[in-house]
Amino acid sequence: MITVKDLHKSFGKTEVLKGIDAKVEESEVVCVIGPSGSGKSTFLRCLNLLEEVTSGEIEIDGDVLTDPKVDINAVRSQVGMVFQHFNLFPHKTVLENISLAPIKVKGLSKSEADKEGQALLDKVGLGDKANVYPESLSGGQKQRVAIARSLAMNPKVMLFDEPTSALDPELVGDVLQVMKDLAVEGMTMVVVTHEMGFAREVGDRVLFMDEGIIMEEGSPSQIFDDPQNPRTQSFLSKIL
Amino acid sequence: MFDAIMDSHYIRSFQAIFPEGLILTIGITLAGLFFGFIIGAIVGLGRLSKKKIINLPSLWFVEIVRGTPMLAQILFIYSGLTEDIIGFNIGALPTAIIAIAINAGAYIAEIVRGTVHSIDKGQREAGRALGLSERETMRLIVWPQAFKRMIPPLGNQFVISLKDTSLFSVIAIGELLYLGKQYYNITYSPFQTLIVVCFLYLCITIPASFFLRRLERKLDV
Ligand SMILES: Nc1ncnc2c1ncn2[C@@H]1O[C@H](COP(=O)(O)OP(=O)(O)O)[C@@H](O)[C@H]1O
Ligand SMILES: [Mg+2]
Repeated sequence: MITVKDLHKSFGKTEVLKGIDAKVEESEVVCVIGPSGSGKSTFLRCLNLLEEVTSGEIEIDGDVLTDPKVDINAVRSQVGMVFQHFNLFPHKTVLENISLAPIKVKGLSKSEADKEGQALLDKVGLGDKANVYPESLSGGQKQRVAIARSLAMNPKVMLFDEPTSALDPELVGDVLQVMKDLAVEGMTMVVVTHEMGFAREVGDRVLFMDEGIIMEEGSPSQIFDDPQNPRTQSFLSKIL
Repeated sequence: MFDAIMDSHYIRSFQAIFPEGLILTIGITLAGLFFGFIIGAIVGLGRLSKKKIINLPSLWFVEIVRGTPMLAQILFIYSGLTEDIIGFNIGALPTAIIAIAINAGAYIAEIVRGTVHSIDKGQREAGRALGLSERETMRLIVWPQAFKRMIPPLGNQFVISLKDTSLFSVIAIGELLYLGKQYYNITYSPFQTLIVVCFLYLCITIPASFFLRRLERKLDV
């Protein structure tokens, strides 16, 4: 589903991604872990071209994103992204947040988009919040709306950048549950996370990133129970 | 007692400047702000442009207008731009409206730029990540939020422009301060007359600030 070849990304003179090779199969859940500043967010943002790639190749479901001729907007509408700080639109109701892109990008009628939006809200357990504004929601509820908003575009892949890092601990569970349900339904997901429990339980594969490269990758049990790379060992010993 | 007040310079200077002075003061402010909005919107968009040929002239305009005293600008437009230089003379009233318009325009341009930049970068990214184009993202997500944040500083600009009109007393426009000065030059009552003049400014600026504060609370910006 996703193939990344020798991806490099520099900001000015600093090289943040120093050659990433990765593959994500359809319906696979890949968790990305690593110390802060290691380039996890940058990697994820390259996957939907929120960052301009310096060199290398990214292919998602047959579309080569790094081809200059590619229709960026079309690609992005097929790759959902969930941000650490939700980034809901504060001037729009919850339902409008969800139906905006389907109406504007996919050309759905308002009633169709609202109907689908309502169904997605029901799915994330917020069916009764359709007409409120985001400010009245808790962090966990906001993040679930943000997930529903991304799902409304029927993406082939969902990217999550530390979706629970900004949440109070007691609100993390609901968001992880929604993500778990998605994984069970067969969504292809790349998840940057510090939730090692989630990575172990839901992840099919774990990538450990450090200093702009993937230092080690493997199944959750390989990475968590028997890490080979000393950097992985030292990172895990600090957070587990 | 009542007669004494009625007969005082307070009442008589009030009668000398009201309502004509107030009408002219408000009229120049509104006309100047009308054009100021147009200039501010255009220059503000110019400041937001990534293209240098649009951005740089906009920046120069803002810097020149904000970096020179308004009194000097007024005299320059009124006395400096003479018939042998531009082919005609600019009258006092057009001078006043132009001066308010370019000054309000420069500040409004910065308000436009500042509020658009103040919208969290994540908003734009969320729009782009959903597949909206750059234009749609600006129009549907960034601008509506920026407009809301523009309202308080624009209200503030109204108060500033209103007070700026007092400078036009130097080119003999019959606004509040000029009429007041004319009155006290004859009667030698600057104390009473200037209190009345300031009172009339406050009659507009205090309700305006009060209304703005309420609006700010309501908009929650
Ligand atoms: N827009 C940017 N401009 C310059 N440097 C950046 C930018 N975004 C990220 N960086 C730098 O890239 C490095 C990796 O950042 P990031 O991908 O956010 O790491 P992580 O998500 O793993 O914490 C950091 O050193 C950060 O300062
Ligand atoms: Mg990050």
